[in-house]
Amino acid sequence: MFEEMVMKPAAWLTDEGKDSEIVLSSRIRLARNISNIPFPSVAQSEDRERVISFLQKAIQKSSLLKSGQLYTSSELSRLDKDFLIERHLVSPEFMREGNTKALYIGEEEKISLMINEEDHLRIQALKSGLEIKGAFELADEVDTELASILEFDFDPDFGYLTSCPTNVGTGMRASVLIHLPGLVLTKEIENVISQVTKLGLTVRGFYGEGSDVLGNLFQISNQTTLGKSEEDLVESLEMVTLQIVEYENNSRKTLYREAKEQIEDKIWRAIGILQNARVITSNEVTNLLSAIRLGLGMGTITDIPLSVINQILLISFPAHLQKYFNKEMEPNERDTLRAELIRKKLGGKIKNNL
Amino acid sequence: MLCDDCQKREATIQVTQIANNQKMSLNLCQKCAEKRGFHSPFEGVPFPLAEFLSSMISPLGPGKEKKPFAKTEREAKCPTCGMSFSNFAHRGRLGCGSCYKAFRTQLKDLLRKIHGSDRHRGKIPNLPGEEMEYLKEERKLQGELKKAIDEEDFEIAAQIRDKIKNLQERK
Repeated sequence: MFEEMVMKPAAWLTDEGKDSEIVLSSRIRLARNISNIPFPSVAQSEDRERVISFLQKAIQKSSLLKSGQLYTSSELSRLDKDFLIERHLVSPEFMREGNTKALYIGEEEKISLMINEEDHLRIQALKSGLEIKGAFELADEVDTELASILEFDFDPDFGYLTSCPTNVGTGMRASVLIHLPGLVLTKEIENVISQVTKLGLTVRGFYGEGSDVLGNLFQISNQTTLGKSEEDLVESLEMVTLQIVEYENNSRKTLYREAKEQIEDKIWRAIGILQNARVITSNEVTNLLSAIRLGLGMGTITDIPLSVINQILLISFPAHLQKYFNKEMEPNERDTLRAELIRKKLGGKIKNNL
Repeated sequence: MLCDDCQKREATIQVTQIANNQKMSLNLCQKCAEKRGFHSPFEGVPFPLAEFLSSMISPLGPGKEKKPFAKTEREAKCPTCGMSFSNFAHRGRLGCGSCYKAFRTQLKDLLRKIHGSDRHRGKIPNLPGEEMEYLKEERKLQGELKKAIDEEDFEIAAQIRDKIKNLQERK
């Protein structure tokens, strides 16, 4: 499954959209529950099946969700699920515990629906670059259309009702994935994070809550969902993100002024490793590509498009690599094939203008 | 500043103890602080949301929920799905939409702590019912009020404000 999808760029990694070298992607997620059915965590399997069949019918009636496809969790292998997590189409929770879940993937992966995750329905809109408003409009249209077919749990005081009270109200989580090597290198990042946190936003490192941030990638999202309108939440995330992009650009200027050789050395070494490595892990690739992305942003490197960097990043993730070669592999084998594939993709492309 | 105990490592933790009306401050490094038995509450624990929520609900914090609520309150149950409030406090997840009605008072308090608000101000779906009509009317009036204030038409603004007040009283 998904063999053709692996050859296409993921919706969060095309090089389209505003400031896409720094802001990789914008995402909106709306949590909804169908009235008069218990939330998934306590629902019996018949109820969970009812939810899937209600949504299946609603998708068929919908005009916005015509050209996608619905998958049930039982037809997805472990590798399929990892692949979908890497493409940001499902959450890690989606593949944990319990069955009777389903996933709808829309055209170009811009819209996806997770069914029976923590809530009956999670509508997700994903766009490359700083496009929070665009992503919100997309998710909002789908919500409005589905609400004309289904009845969602809503309380006049509390808004949209969700399984966890941290999502109640708008049920909306808006987020951006942002690349901040300049702020990390100048050690300004802690300062920025603490300021952002004061504004009601949350900052997390890429992929989980581990201590090491992978590839200088951060996710910023709204912390609260109740008491503000969707438009206000989107607006404040956008304003803060624009501000951070400016901080990042300033810190890059500082780096270029104060430590040009060291930064260029870092970038060229990253290219050297990727062009020559024989064994390489996915995490190492993510970190090295961060340096190359920085090099593209600062104009140190010019002869490679951002789209190639994005493709290498995506294809290097473990499940993507296995889908690409169409076989399941142990980590050792993956690391060798990954190195080989990257050498082919980057071979001779970047010239070192001495 | 060096650690008061080992005098070798940088002190990163400040501990203030009050014993027998005597205040004592210590500057310690991570290691010596652990030796003395001071642990960061966040250290090493995965910080599950359920525990976080239950600590907000129970004033004594997680694990010490002996008497956080009067008995009757803790045994309130959702008539639709049977979830009890203590079960919710333990799991951090509600069972169904009706839970929000069954535990309205307690949840209002919790939502204020989480979100700083207990009132939805976002999108309204097109649902039938008297309550929804009130809500739509209120939103419409609030929009008009904002417009009147923006246009500095304070006479109209005052009229709209009275209408909103009336509406809320009728509700």
